[in-house]
Amino acid sequence: MNRRGLCLVVLLALLAIVTVLSLGFGAVSIGPQRIVEILWAEHQSPRPPSDVTIVWELRLPRLLLACLVGCGLGAAGAGYQGLFRNPLADPFVIGASSGAALGATLAIVTGLNVAAPGLGTVPLAALVGALLAVAIVYSVASIGRDVPLLTLLLAGVAVSNFCIAVVSLLMFLHDEKLVTIFGWLMGSLSGRGWAVLHTTAPWILAGVAGLWLLARSLDALTFGEEAASALGLRLARLRAWVVLAASITTAAAVAAGGIIGFVGLVSPHIARLLVGARHAFVIPASGLVGALLLVVADDLARTVTAPAELPVGVVTALLGSPFFLVLLKTRERNPGRGV
Amino acid sequence: MSSLAAQEVSCGYGDRRVLESLSLAVRAGEVVSLLGPNGAGKTTLLRALARLLRPTHGTVLLDGGDIWHLGAGDLSRSVGLMPQSERRDWPLTVEESVQMGRAPHRGWLLPFNADDARVVDEALRNTALLDLRQRPITELSGGEWRRVILARALAQQARVLLLDEPIGGLDLRFQVEMLRLIRELAIREQLAVVLTLHDLNLAAVYSHRIALLSERTLIACGTPEEVLTAELVGRAFSVPVAVTRHPVYGTPLVVPMGDVPQGGGA
Repeated sequence: MNRRGLCLVVLLALLAIVTVLSLGFGAVSIGPQRIVEILWAEHQSPRPPSDVTIVWELRLPRLLLACLVGCGLGAAGAGYQGLFRNPLADPFVIGASSGAALGATLAIVTGLNVAAPGLGTVPLAALVGALLAVAIVYSVASIGRDVPLLTLLLAGVAVSNFCIAVVSLLMFLHDEKLVTIFGWLMGSLSGRGWAVLHTTAPWILAGVAGLWLLARSLDALTFGEEAASALGLRLARLRAWVVLAASITTAAAVAAGGIIGFVGLVSPHIARLLVGARHAFVIPASGLVGALLLVVADDLARTVTAPAELPVGVVTALLGSPFFLVLLKTRERNPGRGV
Repeated sequence: MSSLAAQEVSCGYGDRRVLESLSLAVRAGEVVSLLGPNGAGKTTLLRALARLLRPTHGTVLLDGGDIWHLGAGDLSRSVGLMPQSERRDWPLTVEESVQMGRAPHRGWLLPFNADDARVVDEALRNTALLDLRQRPITELSGGEWRRVILARALAQQARVLLLDEPIGGLDLRFQVEMLRLIRELAIREQLAVVLTLHDLNLAAVYSHRIALLSERTLIACGTPEEVLTAELVGRAFSVPVAVTRHPVYGTPLVVPMGDVPQGGGA
């Protein structure tokens, strides 16, 4: 196996270890040995010990969701960075986050009540909002069958600003719901159970797999659009597929955890430092790095101020920004590597 | 035998007409150089030949068939393009970049196989890049990067190569080596090559034919001896020139004769 394949395996192993250890953190501390026992043993008894319930019903689904959401955000970030050939792109670059914010806020202020299996009204509204925003941006930006990247980016900025303005207006008009809205906007995995995981997992996994299948096409884009078309790449089709796969992933991740920033921006950079620039490696590595980051961030979110919880989006931004600056600094010393 | 032919092609961007009713054919085994002043439409013609720009009138034929009727894959297996400048936004390695030339053959999903590896090695060897194969492209000099792009076009195994300023940014040694390699490949592999150049004298040495572009069309097309005359070159570039013989190859040697301000120096 080559070095980069090995890197992926090590990341996966690391993620598994960190996840299992994380099962022990929280209000009730559980040792690693007991965790393995709980995970391995069969639990048929109608009244299992409380630590079994805590691990199986509270912590495991939440941690798996952290893995999944982190993986989706990391991979979607890598996809958008590849598509825009820009290291500043993230999963929310063409409006998914502000669309989700608007959807969620609308659901909160109107007190709408439409639940889907596994998703409450607000997450469902966020999902629809994210997909709608991206769809609007994409259709506004398309000229004939093509979508010029710059137009896509600018339309994304315009639609985002509009959505954020409406969200601000709604918050102003409904100040009694400010806390609820804020709580959702900052992103959190608190209290998520198996149902959310079951509902969002297929979408996130399908989106990540889709992005991975586009890896070689994204490699060709490295050389610019003219060179990529001379290699037989159909640019319009590629753009549509990347936007579709990344948006499904992002929307499902947002529905599961709210708006969690920085994971999608930072993960691809770390991934490129580890496995080089080929997207066939960058996309899975970004997914694994994103999962790892979000599991750790969520650990901090639920332990640092225990018994109270921090919104995980605040933790990722607090840790992510300085971390990103360090990455930039390292890159200055080492031009050409990563970033 | 493959051939690429522009037939009475007119091109433009918006209202601006760049080429008018231009015809040019290139056959297997020959190198055709496009010469002409800046803005004469050399790159536009290459873009039209590569199907990156749809002519407003006329057609481009590959082996007699309209290139606009071909699938993207068929075209990229037959026609390789080296654009004038290329981006390199991510640090792919030299080898990974050249491998992308195999995408037209292997598709966008299947892993590259031993066949591809052999072709890539060959392309790297031909362009003297074997030692640099693991180097990130973001760390290459401009000249090394030009060679990577040529290697990628070679790995594409296209029968027609369109090269936009293949020696731009190269030092003297690599200018000569690049053109020598291109001509050798054209003859040995029976490739049809169209390239743009600014160096008339290197064009005279390494091309089978020269097409002189000026005033939106070809004002001459033929052997270097036929095209590189004082009259035609002077007219195309609006500068007086003298034409003599290359001391070694006997090809035309074009020397500008513009006014030289005197004085200055130490």
